Amino acid sequence: MKKGRILTGLLAAASVFALAFTTPQPTKAASNPSSVSAIKKRGTIKVAVFGDLPPYGWVNKDGKRTGYDIALAKQIGKDLNTKVKFVQVNADSRVDALKSNKVDIVLANFTVTPERKQVVAFAKPYMKVSVGVVSPKKKVITKVNQLDGKNLIVTKGTTAESYFTQKQPKVQLQKYDSKTQQFNALKNGRAVALADDNSYLYAWVKNHPNYKVGIKHLGPNQYIAPGIKKGNTSLLNWTNKEINKLNKNGFFKTDYNQNLKPYFGSDVSAKDIIITK
Amino acid sequence: MAHSGINILFEGRNLTRLLGGLWISAKIAFIAIVLGILLGIILGMLRTLKNPLLRVILRLYLEFFRIVPTVVLLFLFYYILPQNFHINLNAEVVATLVFTLWVAAEMSDIVRSGLISVPRHQVDAGKAIGLTTPQLYRYVLLPQSIQLMIPATINLTTRVIKTTSLLLLISVMDVINVGQQIIEANNQHYQNGAFWIYGFIFILYFILCYPLSVWARHIERKEKLRNNG
Repeated sequence: MKKGRILTGLLAAASVFALAFTTPQPTKAASNPSSVSAIKKRGTIKVAVFGDLPPYGWVNKDGKRTGYDIALAKQIGKDLNTKVKFVQVNADSRVDALKSNKVDIVLANFTVTPERKQVVAFAKPYMKVSVGVVSPKKKVITKVNQLDGKNLIVTKGTTAESYFTQKQPKVQLQKYDSKTQQFNALKNGRAVALADDNSYLYAWVKNHPNYKVGIKHLGPNQYIAPGIKKGNTSLLNWTNKEINKLNKNGFFKTDYNQNLKPYFGSDVSAKDIIITK
Repeated sequence: MAHSGINILFEGRNLTRLLGGLWISAKIAFIAIVLGILLGIILGMLRTLKNPLLRVILRLYLEFFRIVPTVVLLFLFYYILPQNFHINLNAEVVATLVFTLWVAAEMSDIVRSGLISVPRHQVDAGKAIGLTTPQLYRYVLLPQSIQLMIPATINLTTRVIKTTSLLLLISVMDVINVGQQIIEANNQHYQNGAFWIYGFIFILYFILCYPLSVWARHIERKEKLRNNG
C-alpha cells in the first residue's frame, strides 16, 4: 500500500519533469525576441557583462560600470540608437543567459572555443589573447628554446599548461594551483620564467617593474568575441558589420588606450591586444 | 600598499552600494517570508484535512522544495524554465517567487505539526459545542498551536535571510555581489580587501539575524514559563 503510494508520487514527479523538459523550443525568426528590429522596438539592448574583472568589465568606486567590454557595449547601444541594460553574469552563466533570452548579447571576455561554438554563435572577434612568458629583466627569456631543460612555472588548468605539455615537452613544468602561488614562486626564483595568458602577465608586470613579458605570443591566438544566441542571424549579421566598422574607425584603439593601457606595462602596445584588420 | 584595508569601505560610494545591496537582499527575504508564511499557513491547514489526493499533492510539493537545493531551484526558474515556456521574469521577481514557494513549503510542515500536536480532546470539545470546521481552526486549533510554531518559523526566517547570498548566481545585485565587485575593483590597491568586505557583510547579516534569534529564545522561555507554571 505504502509502496504503491510512493510509486505514484515518483511517477507524478517524473511526468512533471518530462513535461518541463521536452516541450519543443519554437525559435523561429518571427518570434525571435533578440532580433535587431525587436531590440530597436524595445528601445534597450540587454548586454551580459562581468562586474568583477578589471580592466574588462568591472564597477568603479562610484558604482559605475566601466572597462573595455563596457565601452564596446555602450558604443553598440549608441549605434543601434537604444539604451543599454547591463546584466551582470558569472563566467559559467554566460551561455544560459543567452539561451534563456535574459540577454541579447554577451560581452564578457568571452573566449571563442570549439565547445562553445556548438551552443552559441560568435560574432567577429574584437580582442586576442595568447600564452605569454614573463621572466626577470636581468635574465630575460625572449625565445622558447631558451627554456629547454629549464624550469617553467604554470598554473594548473590554464592554456599555458596545456600548450607547454603538448607542444614543448623539453620544458620542465612546475605546476601551481593559484595565481598568487605562481607569482610568488617566480619572485622566489624557483624557476627561470612563468607562462600564463599574456593579458594577465601585462597587468602583473605593471606592478612589478623588475620583470618583463619577454615572449608575448606563443602558440595559436585565442579570440574574444561577442556571443549571440544560436539562430539569431539578424543580430549576428548586424554585430559583424558593427565590429568591422569599429575595427576600421579606430574605436578599439581608443578603447584600449582608455581602459587597458593604464593596467598594462609600458612594453605592451595596442596591437598586441586589439585586432586591426 | 600603505593604505589600511578598512578604507576600502569608505572609498567613493562603496558603503552606500553595500547597503543598497543589503536592501535588495532584505527586501526579497521580507516579501518572501510574509507571503510564504501566509501561503504556508493555508497549505498547512489543508494538509491536516483527510482528503488523500490533496495530501499527496501537498506532500509532493513540500518534498520537492525541501529536497531540491535552493541553488538548483533558482537556476531552474531563472534559466531553464524560460527556455521552454517563454515566461521571462526578471531576476528579483524570480528570486522572490522561488523563496516564497520554498518558505510556503517549509511553513506548511511547521503548521501541520503544530496543529496535530493540539490534544485530540480539544477538537472533540469544540465539535461538541457545535463549532464548524473553519471555526474549529480559528478558535481552537490555531490559537493553541501558534506558540509552538513561532520558534521554528523564526529559525526558518533566519535561514531565508542567509540564503539570499545565493542570489548573485542569478544576477541579482545583492550585497554579496556588490561586495565582490568592490573587492575585484580594488585588488590592485587593497590586497586584503576581501577580508574587510566580507567582514563587513558578516556584520550586516548578523544585524539582520541576531534580533530574530534573541526573539526566538525569548518566546521559548516565555513558553516554558507558561507551560510549567
